[in-house]
Amino acid sequence: MIWKYAMGLFMAAVIIASFLLVPPTQGLGDMGRIIVYHVPTAWVAVLAYLMSMVHSVAFLRTGDMLRDRKAAIAAGLGTLFCVLATVTGAIWARGAWGMFWNWDPRQTSVFLLLMLYVAYFALRASVQDPDRRAKLAAVYAILAFLTVPFLVFVVPRVYPTLHPNLINVTERRYEMDSIIRLVFLSSVVAFTGLYLWMFDLRLRAENILDQLERERGN
Amino acid sequence: MAVRVVCHDLTKHFPPRTLFRGVSVTVEPHSLFAVTGRNGAGKTTLLKIIAGLVPSSCGSVHFSDGGRILSLGEIRQTIGMVAPDLALYDALSGLENLAFFAEVRGVAAAREQIAELLELVGLTKRRHDPVATYSSGMKQRLQYAHALLHTPSILILDEPTSNLDSAGAQVVYGIMQRQRQHGSVVYATNDAREVALADAILQLD
Amino acid sequence: MQFCSLIKAAWTVFRKDLRCEFRTPLNFSILMIFAVTVLMVVSFAVGGIALDPTLLAALLWVMLFFTAMTGVARAYVQEEETGTALVLRLATDSAAIYIGKVLYSFVLLVGVAIVVVPLYLVLFSVAPAMPLALAATVVLGCLGIAVTGTTFSAIVAQVTAQGSLMTVLSFPVMLPLLWIAISTTSTAFAGSNLVALAPDLAFMFFYSGMTFVASLVLVEYL
Repeated sequence: MIWKYAMGLFMAAVIIASFLLVPPTQGLGDMGRIIVYHVPTAWVAVLAYLMSMVHSVAFLRTGDMLRDRKAAIAAGLGTLFCVLATVTGAIWARGAWGMFWNWDPRQTSVFLLLMLYVAYFALRASVQDPDRRAKLAAVYAILAFLTVPFLVFVVPRVYPTLHPNLINVTERRYEMDSIIRLVFLSSVVAFTGLYLWMFDLRLRAENILDQLERERGN
Repeated sequence: MAVRVVCHDLTKHFPPRTLFRGVSVTVEPHSLFAVTGRNGAGKTTLLKIIAGLVPSSCGSVHFSDGGRILSLGEIRQTIGMVAPDLALYDALSGLENLAFFAEVRGVAAAREQIAELLELVGLTKRRHDPVATYSSGMKQRLQYAHALLHTPSILILDEPTSNLDSAGAQVVYGIMQRQRQHGSVVYATNDAREVALADAILQLD
Repeated sequence: MQFCSLIKAAWTVFRKDLRCEFRTPLNFSILMIFAVTVLMVVSFAVGGIALDPTLLAALLWVMLFFTAMTGVARAYVQEEETGTALVLRLATDSAAIYIGKVLYSFVLLVGVAIVVVPLYLVLFSVAPAMPLALAATVVLGCLGIAVTGTTFSAIVAQVTAQGSLMTVLSFPVMLPLLWIAISTTSTAFAGSNLVALAPDLAFMFFYSGMTFVASLVLVEYL
């Protein structure tokens, strides 16, 4: 229980810091602060999708229905954070590029990412037998995730994009001031914690629902 | 081969219903094992779970040969199945169907085997006609020929004689008795005569 | 299953599918009618307007994609509907079935493309600057669509409420492939050197290979 309060305080501190400590960026002004929210949400989305795939693989190996439930929850949260990343990205794009949406390769790939997981839930919704649903969904989740590296990392590198790169891979350095970097990394930690908490809540709720379902079935 | 089928604690949920729960049975070699129960009790689903066609919600099915657990590929060679919701290819003739499955399964000496089986189920005359032109009883006869193609140790039959005339039913009873010599039969039925043949009975409700 | 018997079983499944298709060429004719209809409608609507290569390329692939969706989905769905899927699954390894079905879908798609692409070139009066590059792109694109489409067909076949699920599932996964195919095709129309296209063609091949290997493993669990 205590770590939830701690996380709440930490998150609050990160939000305050994003307004007080992070200086307005050159050219973008206050809009630049959104990086403290945009990048961590995108990171959590990819993390959640990764976890969804890991649970799917584990389900296929063990046949443990709990794994299926975890995979579905992770995919749902991944989609939520992906929507947040898309929206914050669009807001940033409005400031930086003048329009919310211009089919920049980065925007295209995030849009496809959303479609992949909308399809995942469409598939889940159309199978009645839970055991079969779990199998089909797991297979699809793994196939879908194989496309993710391509969408997130390859396409925007191959096709010219206007999206900034935070980490300059070739020169191995962060293109950020130390103070922004501190707030930014804290935000990544805070959002990851938020994800874990939400995951835990959802899992407990789903377990209870499943329990009720079973009792009703008898 | 004397293959034993061990079902352990099989449960199938179909929310909001539970079809059956905690079914633990062993099908001994050289036996006829009947599954009975009212419509909707889950007879067909249980047979399909045993055949590995439908996943169970809980529990497991093992095939063992003298203590050795069979692999998935071996199980495939062990099972022959006839059921109303299985079908063979309509566009192909009876003979072509059997030839195709023999080739896919890698059955040796398939030609003689197929001729014998066609004779057994009484389809020799119609072997070159497309299955689409067969009556439902003839289709079921062809399914028996198909199920016996690889001389399986376990024969799984869902309603063994549902579409057959009395001559056909006699052929099937003959097949079941012969199967008992070298393997076993698991079948789902509500027909009193067929239940009477069984060495062991599982009642689902 | 041993490699040799796997390939042999896959080949047998492929021959069986082709034989059934020859008896009642249902899939092929539906695919053809669909593709030609779309082609005619678009051609009629566009009239004599000269379109730029990118638009032309996009048009070609949108047509091929949706044609494939109506046909490739049948690979498994048809077996499931007629009740032969379970029998086939009892008879052999799912990887063998999958390979056979991929071959079948690929042959079907290439068969459609052989008729439709030349027709398309005539109707839109396109003279591709690099015909060989165009042919390679179409073949590799068909391969990618066959590989991915067959996998999704295997998934969709087991779903009760199929509807347009096939397209919904396939589209985002196939889009990277289509994306590259469109850009390669438009280059082939406009002309450039073959070396510039090599990475894109290699990518299409790699994409198909990756999906194929993953699917071979995954179909075992379906």
